[in-house]
Amino acid sequence: MEASEILKQFSDVWELRHEYAKDWKRRTGGKVVGCMCTYAPEEVLYAADTLPIRILGGHEPPTLATPHMFDMWCPFSRDCLNQGLKGKYNDYLDGIMETNACLHMRQAFGAWVIHVPTPWNYWFVMPNAVRSPRAKTFLHGELADFKKALEKWAGKTITNKDLDRGIDIMNTSRRLMKQVYEFRKQDNPPITGTEAMTMVWASQLMDKREHSELLKQLLQALPKRKLNRNTGVRLMSVGSENDDRPFMEMVESIGGTFVIEDHCTGSRYFWDEVVPNKDRLQAIANRYCDRIPCPNKDWGIEDCSRVRFPHILQLARDYRVQGAILIQQKFCDPHELDIPSLRRYLEDNGIPCYFLEFEVTVPVGQFRVRVEAFMEQIKAEELFA
Amino acid sequence: MAKYKTKGLDCWGRAKELRMKYYQDYMEAHKRGALRWEGGAWSFDAIPQALEGEVHVLTEEPYGASVGANPELQVKYQEAAEGKWGCARDLCAYLRNYWGSIVLNEFAFGGEWPKADFIFQNHICCSHAKWLQVASEMEGGDIPFFCFDVGVGAFDKIGERQINYVMEQLYDGIEFVERVTGRKVDDEKLIQNVYNTYDSACYWAKTCALNQAIPAPLDEKTMFSLYVLGTLEKSNKDIAHFYKNELYPEVKDRVANKIAAVGDEQCRMLGDSQPPWGFLRIFRYLEKYGVVSIASLYTFSLIGWWEIDDKGKVVPYPTLEEQGITIKDRDHALRLLTEGELKGKLMWAPFYGAKYKNDIVTKIAKQWKCDAAIIHLNRGCEGTAQHQMEMKIALQNMRLPVMTFEGNMADEREFDEGRTTRLIDLFVTETLGLKKVAD
Repeated sequence: MEASEILKQFSDVWELRHEYAKDWKRRTGGKVVGCMCTYAPEEVLYAADTLPIRILGGHEPPTLATPHMFDMWCPFSRDCLNQGLKGKYNDYLDGIMETNACLHMRQAFGAWVIHVPTPWNYWFVMPNAVRSPRAKTFLHGELADFKKALEKWAGKTITNKDLDRGIDIMNTSRRLMKQVYEFRKQDNPPITGTEAMTMVWASQLMDKREHSELLKQLLQALPKRKLNRNTGVRLMSVGSENDDRPFMEMVESIGGTFVIEDHCTGSRYFWDEVVPNKDRLQAIANRYCDRIPCPNKDWGIEDCSRVRFPHILQLARDYRVQGAILIQQKFCDPHELDIPSLRRYLEDNGIPCYFLEFEVTVPVGQFRVRVEAFMEQIKAEELFA
Repeated sequence: MAKYKTKGLDCWGRAKELRMKYYQDYMEAHKRGALRWEGGAWSFDAIPQALEGEVHVLTEEPYGASVGANPELQVKYQEAAEGKWGCARDLCAYLRNYWGSIVLNEFAFGGEWPKADFIFQNHICCSHAKWLQVASEMEGGDIPFFCFDVGVGAFDKIGERQINYVMEQLYDGIEFVERVTGRKVDDEKLIQNVYNTYDSACYWAKTCALNQAIPAPLDEKTMFSLYVLGTLEKSNKDIAHFYKNELYPEVKDRVANKIAAVGDEQCRMLGDSQPPWGFLRIFRYLEKYGVVSIASLYTFSLIGWWEIDDKGKVVPYPTLEEQGITIKDRDHALRLLTEGELKGKLMWAPFYGAKYKNDIVTKIAKQWKCDAAIIHLNRGCEGTAQHQMEMKIALQNMRLPVMTFEGNMADEREFDEGRTTRLIDLFVTETLGLKKVAD
């Protein structure tokens, strides 16, 4: 298959996510579990033969969510709840879980379990102090409790072999996506930022075994792919959830290319693998504590440093980024708390930044003018450098 | 002629004195060779306060609230945080007041911003650790920073694993404060601080429980000025003494003698979240209709410890005396402190779902005999504003009339006083059918 055909399949899954999940259930007879955040230990969900899917918004005004979450809560979380209240998941979602995420997603989950008919729900206590030496032990215990609850609900004993399979499914997916991302380092990447992120979104919505099969084919096809476009300004986007495809397409149609990003719907989701350990649950716990954190969990126990900032800078260098667009979902505190510092940090290290505040619906026309101006500024700096 | 006798609290002046002394001590600490540290109102102050020698703390939220009570100052500080530091204006309003103070190098109680010697923070809401992470950065990044995680689950899910996780972090915290200050944590002081913390948290809850009486001996506007001491330094012996030996006996006496907070009490109101601090006069406005705000999860449990008894009632958490416990050593002290905070602070339960908040708040509404609820949809604090709309639905389902108004606890730019008083007029007269009892 050609790369474009494979990428089209990812795009179809993203657009027809509910149809995909229903079809998966028909084919496998398995249960589908919605995850409100990327801290859900999908390894254990796969070990239980369930399908973990990320609950995402629909980019529609969240009118049904308003009586449950007033409008100071982030539009993404309200959009997610809105999708549930609209009944988009009614036909197939068997369970839903929360993972001590930001307060916004907690609101959405809180209202969801009351108003959206979902047979099973679980609150997974992911520790906040992920850099504390104590967190990994605590998380091991939490994973053990989760495994037990899942076994009871799914009616299946989860063995070490099952956990190995879950870890392998997740690690394979992570490794393959990282290999695809390598192509983005090229002078003229054979994959756009929009396509790359659509691939990641699809990985959060479909069975990773099927996704990985497509990734393997994509890795074969990409070396032969030539895009009939100029790469232009090499951009990076940084922020929380981002599946704003019209925005990304717009930027990539006016002389820019997103060559890398740091989002929980992008590289931050899959960057780190589980390192095998005889104690499988401990291995999983270690991965979730050591992964590139959400800003909410990015603080030192004994210092005020962050680990995400040097990681972002390294990405910017590895992918030869000329400018970063800092995307903030309105009211998203974890990112709002980091953005002024991140902006200073990147600019001090020679990466120009531009800040955009996103809502459920994106004012693409206004943003076009602003991003054009930002890219012109970058190009002008190069001209006179 | 008022329906009930009323009078001011005899211990009111003492509460004011303790609060002013707290800020004064913090400002002057270095002149006296004392240490000073920053942390949250929910930090376990018993630990750093047990360091040898004199130690003073500045808790971040009460400071933000103090600024919030002064509309002109709050705008100045927020504009500094937003304009000079570059943060979003929808972040926690207390935090912006705090950051703005640092940016302007100005302390709301006078003088320059008093830089702390170290930070001892806790984390449960998205902003806690980040608040002082950035504050430390603003002040040059050289303030030693320690933060521990208390987000381990709701009160009914607390077992050994949860307690051990927090306790282990507290041991790390002790090691940290000793290392960065060069002083030792004195176990005798630590044990006394834990006794004091229990007294502050349990006697504040007992005092709130007395408000089930009709007429209510306290109104929420007054209670705000009383619970604040526990947010400043709940392990302090004078503060613990105030709750146990001054406030509680006096309020008990008021109940026995039917002394009301508001003489014309005719409607008992349930509240939620922090009020708009610069506009507390809306509570006085309510009193013109005989409406008294007497209960809220926020006011009861921001520092108060509670439990749900066998009959499903919200009751004060037992004191150590009532439990027959004598603290033996450091480990025992840390365990009791952790247990009290994790099991007793019902205010933390909504962090784990709307059902917790609905359950506790509907219980409070029944037990405290509330006739209606006015909910401040607080755009300034996500932690306390969690599940407010779900709570509204739950209260309405128990047939309690509910009014909501949007505002911000410490950002006057997000509060419309005229609109709110108009809403109150409509709610009180049309929905509740009340008439003014005073002008």
